[in-house]
Amino acid sequence: MRTVPGPPPSGPGTLLRFERHVLNRAHYRYFLAFTLPALVVYVVFAALPLVNSIWYSLYDTDSGVARFVGLENYVYLFTNPTTSERFWNALTNNLEFFAIHLLVEVPLGLLLAALLTSGRLRRSTGLYRTLLFIPTTLSVVIVGFVWRLIINPLWGLVDFPLLGDERTALPTISLMSVWQYVGIPMIFLYAALLAVPNDVLEAARVEGSGAWSTFWRVKFPLIAPQFGLIAILTYIWTFNGFDLVFALNGSAPGPNYSTDILGTLFYRTFFGSSGQLSDLDLGATVASVIFLIILIVTAAYFGLLHRRLRSYEL
Amino acid sequence: MRNNRDRAGALVTHALLIFFALLAVAPILVIVVNSFKTTQGIFGQPFALPNADTFSLGGYERVFTRGQFVTNYGNSLIVTVGATVATLVLATLAAFALTEYKVRFAPLVGGFFVLGIMLPIRLGTVPIIKTMISWQLMDTLVALVLVYTAMSLPLAIALLMTYFKAVPGAIKEAARIDGAGELRTLSIVLPMVRPGLAAVASVTMLPIWNDLWFPLILAPSKENQTVTLGVQQFVGQFLNDYPALLGALTLGAVPLIVLFVVFSRQFIQGLSAGIGK
Repeated sequence: MRTVPGPPPSGPGTLLRFERHVLNRAHYRYFLAFTLPALVVYVVFAALPLVNSIWYSLYDTDSGVARFVGLENYVYLFTNPTTSERFWNALTNNLEFFAIHLLVEVPLGLLLAALLTSGRLRRSTGLYRTLLFIPTTLSVVIVGFVWRLIINPLWGLVDFPLLGDERTALPTISLMSVWQYVGIPMIFLYAALLAVPNDVLEAARVEGSGAWSTFWRVKFPLIAPQFGLIAILTYIWTFNGFDLVFALNGSAPGPNYSTDILGTLFYRTFFGSSGQLSDLDLGATVASVIFLIILIVTAAYFGLLHRRLRSYEL
Repeated sequence: MRNNRDRAGALVTHALLIFFALLAVAPILVIVVNSFKTTQGIFGQPFALPNADTFSLGGYERVFTRGQFVTNYGNSLIVTVGATVATLVLATLAAFALTEYKVRFAPLVGGFFVLGIMLPIRLGTVPIIKTMISWQLMDTLVALVLVYTAMSLPLAIALLMTYFKAVPGAIKEAARIDGAGELRTLSIVLPMVRPGLAAVASVTMLPIWNDLWFPLILAPSKENQTVTLGVQQFVGQFLNDYPALLGALTLGAVPLIVLFVVFSRQFIQGLSAGIGK
């Protein structure tokens, strides 16, 4: 734009440029006035606190005065035998929590979305979709206690204390969470399947392709890019998880910390619990470590994989 | 031949969907049905409907006399409606500006907002606590409204931008030629993005109503508890009173299920258009 030589200094061109200049300045003013309220709330209560967490993790405020200590809080977190054991335990549990979601929730969501878009339902699609999504609208408090009652040995559906055994407690909680949130991947994949162009499906039908092979050979490759996005959202969401574990097992989730995940560890660290004092500095440190764990994987995904996946889209 | 295969396929599809729909809804029905029974009824025949012997409203009575449900509901309503309205107003202004004024840093600001869809805002809790303490907003509903508005803005703005982009430019030009100011132009365009506003409202409300984290930390006192936190604490205190416990769970769940069933189309549209793209 700027390399184009301007019109001669006098004549209609100058006026036009002057007008555009005024208009542009007005645009900047309106832009600022309209975005500023949202920007302020978003920065003060969402973006800045995240950055400040990292800042606070470099300070020690226990004595009442903030003292810069560099990475001392991190060194403590990873070298103190108790805190480091709890951290690695929570991280491993969180990986398991994520893996169960990825391996059960996503395939199940795909199955449900495929059934809903199979073209074999008439008016009932909306009803099924709503019913299948209802658990997602519940609060975790309700989900936790509903399932705790149902698998209660007193009611006789299950004879084994699933939540009381170290080996089964975390998979059980993970599956409760899958039950609640399977509607989310279902809806994403459902929307993607609906977006498959009709003429593509028509062509497959004319060629004599059955429902099964049409799904795997035509629809599935077209919706494949969605799986990357669902996987990364599941990752962010499970590593940010807290509610269901807390609702069921409190802030020191047993038995013997076998259901402790990073969210409950974070809460326990800055809020304190029985047998543990609240420590805001160490809390900010744990939050920063979780943030880094999420950020590195998310950035790697969007930097490397996402572009490649998108290129296969129609 | 073809017809029979089609019919068999439809049958299998329906059978599978009915199975999964039951799996989704039955646990909730078990809670609701049992909340109208006596303790003996609950443990004698957990999967039977209440009859003359087992029917009882005693659980609900105890929930209302010993719990704080009316206060809790009021708090949840104030927080959810307050944050949703604030989100709608701020997001509408921002999304209109981001699509309307092609200033140089508009894409940057837009990207900064959209980034927030992915940001785990809870991890900023420690600085949020310090801000709320220094502003003397600790243990107030205002603190919750502010945090939830900040949390909801990114998705709301991203969603509304897709709706504003679809508004024909000619309408805005005509309004301006008639001498309408920018706010007036926005208000003329607003009815055209009404489906977007409905979608934003429904995806904003649900996570706020159901959140446990911020009420626990920013507004934990009895007077300021939301329903979600109230049910959590009630259930902790009445672990042996099963009718009351199930009554509390039902009261916590049913309003939202009703709201969702009514607005499910807008909700699902909002979810798939906002994040899926």
